[in-house]
Amino acid sequence: MSWIDIGAVEDIPLRGARLVKTPVGCVALFRTGENEVFAASDRCPHKGGPLSEGIVHGRAVTCPLHNWVFDLETGRAQGADEGSIPTYPLRVEDGRLLIDGEAVGRRAAA
Amino acid sequence: MTKKLVVIGAGMASGRMLEHLFEDAPGNWDVTLFNAEPRGNYNRLMLSPVLSGEKTFAEIVTHDADWYDAHGVTCRFGERVVEIDRAAKVVVGEKGEVAYDKLVVATGSDPFMIPLPGHDLDGVIPYRDLEDTERMMRLSETPGARAVVIGGGLLGLEAAAGMAARGVDVTVVHLMGHLMERQLDEAAGYLLRRALVEKGITVRCAANSKQILGENGHVKALLLDDGTELPCDLLVMAVGIRPSVALAKSAGLAVGRGVHVDDQMVTSDPDVLALGECVEHDGAVFGLVAPLYDQAKVLAETLMGRAAAFRPKEVATKLKVTGCDLFSAGDFAEGEGREDIVFRDPARGVYKRLVLEGPRLVGAVMYGDTADGAWFHGLIKDREDVSEMRETLIFGPAFQGGAQADPMAAVAALPADAEICGCNGVCKGRIVEAVEGGAATIEDVRAVTKASGSCGTCTGLVEQVMALSLGDDFVMPTAKPVCGCTDLTHEDVRRLIKAQELKSQPAVWQELGWSTPNGCHVCRPAVNYYLLADWPLEYQDDPQSRFVNERNHANIQKDGTYSVVPRMWGGLTNARELRAIADAADKYGVPTVKVTGGQRIDLLGVRKEDLPAMWADLNRAGLVSGHAYSKGLRTVKTCVGREHCRFGTQDSTGLGVRLEKRLWGAWTPHKVKLGVSGCPRNCAEATCKDLGIVCVDSGFEIGVGGAAGMDLKEIQPLVKVATEGEAEEWSVAFVQLYREHAKYLDRPYKWIAKVGMDWVREALSDPAERAALVARFDLSQTIYQKDPWAERAEPAQARRFQPLADLTLEAAE
Ligand SMILES: Cc1cc2nc3c(=O)[nH]c(=O)nc-3n(C[C@H](O)[C@H](O)[C@H](O)COP(=O)(O)OP(=O)(O)OC[C@H]3O[C@@H](n4cnc5c(N)ncnc54)[C@H](O)[C@@H]3O)c2cc1C
Ligand code: SF4
Ligand code: FES
Repeated sequence: MSWIDIGAVEDIPLRGARLVKTPVGCVALFRTGENEVFAASDRCPHKGGPLSEGIVHGRAVTCPLHNWVFDLETGRAQGADEGSIPTYPLRVEDGRLLIDGEAVGRRAAA
Repeated sequence: MTKKLVVIGAGMASGRMLEHLFEDAPGNWDVTLFNAEPRGNYNRLMLSPVLSGEKTFAEIVTHDADWYDAHGVTCRFGERVVEIDRAAKVVVGEKGEVAYDKLVVATGSDPFMIPLPGHDLDGVIPYRDLEDTERMMRLSETPGARAVVIGGGLLGLEAAAGMAARGVDVTVVHLMGHLMERQLDEAAGYLLRRALVEKGITVRCAANSKQILGENGHVKALLLDDGTELPCDLLVMAVGIRPSVALAKSAGLAVGRGVHVDDQMVTSDPDVLALGECVEHDGAVFGLVAPLYDQAKVLAETLMGRAAAFRPKEVATKLKVTGCDLFSAGDFAEGEGREDIVFRDPARGVYKRLVLEGPRLVGAVMYGDTADGAWFHGLIKDREDVSEMRETLIFGPAFQGGAQADPMAAVAALPADAEICGCNGVCKGRIVEAVEGGAATIEDVRAVTKASGSCGTCTGLVEQVMALSLGDDFVMPTAKPVCGCTDLTHEDVRRLIKAQELKSQPAVWQELGWSTPNGCHVCRPAVNYYLLADWPLEYQDDPQSRFVNERNHANIQKDGTYSVVPRMWGGLTNARELRAIADAADKYGVPTVKVTGGQRIDLLGVRKEDLPAMWADLNRAGLVSGHAYSKGLRTVKTCVGREHCRFGTQDSTGLGVRLEKRLWGAWTPHKVKLGVSGCPRNCAEATCKDLGIVCVDSGFEIGVGGAAGMDLKEIQPLVKVATEGEAEEWSVAFVQLYREHAKYLDRPYKWIAKVGMDWVREALSDPAERAALVARFDLSQTIYQKDPWAERAEPAQARRFQPLADLTLEAAE
């Protein structure tokens, strides 16, 4: 794994999200009310809604377009909807956000 | 043969270690004990009860002169060790050297002082030792003394509560959104805050300190970065501790965040051991005594040449403030694959939350009833499989039988004087009396008390009160709850927010017994709206509880781009504005420009990143957000009216502009559109708007509840007035009535269908009530009538619209 520092936890609003552009597409970073941070694809498998614009509640996010709800830990859609979004390894160290560069397709910095 | 043992620091850890040593190997060691504080070992934890006056210092001394005598300890209290010479195996104190065979470093930790300007003023103190405690105690001797505590963690709150108990006027300033955020979640933090406020302590969360102001070298006030000044005579900083490692470091011992020790508590030098808050073991540092006592045992064993190993275990936290019963253990924040179990009892002010990972309990937070804390702590420590008792786990060990959370708890908890029916001012006690007097149906209650007899939105609550009083004799009609997080309906929630004066989201979750930690995408936007509509001054709008369009102040399109619609007051524009719109369309490559049905221009296909800059450009030309995305005032459509049209009876355009300028920016349960036509030919299509005005020779006919969407509705007449001023007053009053009463996402016509047009007419016909509604509307506008574009075009806000990072670019380094 190659951990890349992409910013501070505080850069993401509580119960909110921010985007990171990566070679594998847009990755959304979600910060829950309990201060956990999760990384997952920003693209809803339903019709491509931007999940980083959804409402974050508990450990889930609701897509802003048609209200599919995704579990942020597993990436799976909840309830009757079927589908899932890729999730990515993320670490928090001293308030900094570290994402696994390999998982998001970025070759390790030389 | 006795060996020479030197101990640096007479704290909680070293005191316990010496007890073990003297008990198991009396006479083997010749001990010299240094302490920088001018006294021996005492129970540091108990400084808080000393501060609050519940104990005296003498009661918390753990080892007195007789004890040191009996064990032949040479006490060098009030003397700081300044150097360790490991080569010569000598410790250098301020008053002389002592040789050692074995050395124990137990220097504890140093309070961290934020280097704010003014932090070195007299009267700025930490909270660590007896001197600090006495300083706080002395403060209370000055009548009217004021103190500020920076830091809403365990120490800060104990300091605040202690001083408050002695009559000092205390304000706690906390950087994070809720108190004790490391040990508590938001819900428990809310209950704790409520309890402290009841003790007369002022609590300011999410407050950033900027500077400490002084006068003649003494602290005078704390200045926050929002410009607030908090005057104080003493400022206590309790923002954290750092292991005290300077001495060990200069002696060349391996030091990271703390002094490195192995499982036997030995440092990088085999003759030097260490324990307490000054050490780092396996990457961890310590701040509570429980693990330090384990270290004390292991260190004593190591000195005696026995095998022992320190193993860290889960610690639990309790706050030592009388009346604040909280408990937190394990890890309820970070991690993967977790589930919550939440229990709230609004009547007793109880909140419990368990965090499960697979079949195991990994964390517990409790407030109000912590009796089961130890049991849960045990389950966490022992990593026990709890899947068998999962359903009833939250009820504790005594209750492995299967209790149900009570859906009516919130109503049961209401005091007798809580207002249930807002229209007729009927409180809970009155309804209970009616039931006791024989009323058995909702109609009976209505006849006797008038409760729920007017707008009817409180019917659900009245029924719940009846059900509680009548027990099984009353069959509750099933009403549709807001969502899966609660059993209450929207109407119930709205009434209870008013009746119980709930002014924050955590207050709603707790007092109304929500079953999730912070709601869901269905209830949270609704509750956010209800709170901001009812408490414009006290509640702060929460962007994270809004749907995307309102959060970004632009309409998201199906391809993820946004549309931008500047306001055109009453549909009027001019060449300068049009030019600015054309320029923006060019500059940001807007693919589609469309004229809307609301008489303005829509720029479609704008990228999120471009929004702030585009808004700033439009702002410069005097254009503001048209709120085309919001549950709020959209447009006021007008016709040209008397000024240009031969049929015009009044200045319909002018009235439209006037209404739009008055109403813009207000949040409403759903979108609101107005129309003003200059004569009954109705060119502005006013009769299918939420509020439509048709001008006639003798004045203005106002109607409400029109719609031209999925449902097509014609407005129903509300009133006819003679002057423009009256037309404006009625319009504003109607919008406010709708804001205060309607269910979230009900357009006015739906709401009117529920409460009845007669009720609306009656409510608005009273001039005093109308004036009061207008006054409440205007008060809310002082907060909310702000151009969101201007706010969000500012650099700090604008950053939120950019990606946090772009990893598609090649690394620059
Ligand atoms: C007000 C207060 C309330 C607390 N409440 C709780 C609680 O409820 N529960 C809990 O678990 N924990 C609580 N704690 C934390 C707990 O007190 C500490 O974890 C514990 O005291 C640490 O013990 P220690 O022996 O490592 O350090 P200390 O007890 O701090 O002892 C270190 C000693 O070393 C001395 N020293 C430092 N450097 C030198 C030197 N160079 N030469 C000579 N002497 C030196 C210091 O003067 C000090 O007396 C509280 C702390 C405070 C201040
Ligand atoms: S509504 Fe009447 S006044 Fe207005 S433009 Fe039409 S005809 Fe003229
Ligand atoms: S695109 Fe996400 S729910 Fe439809």
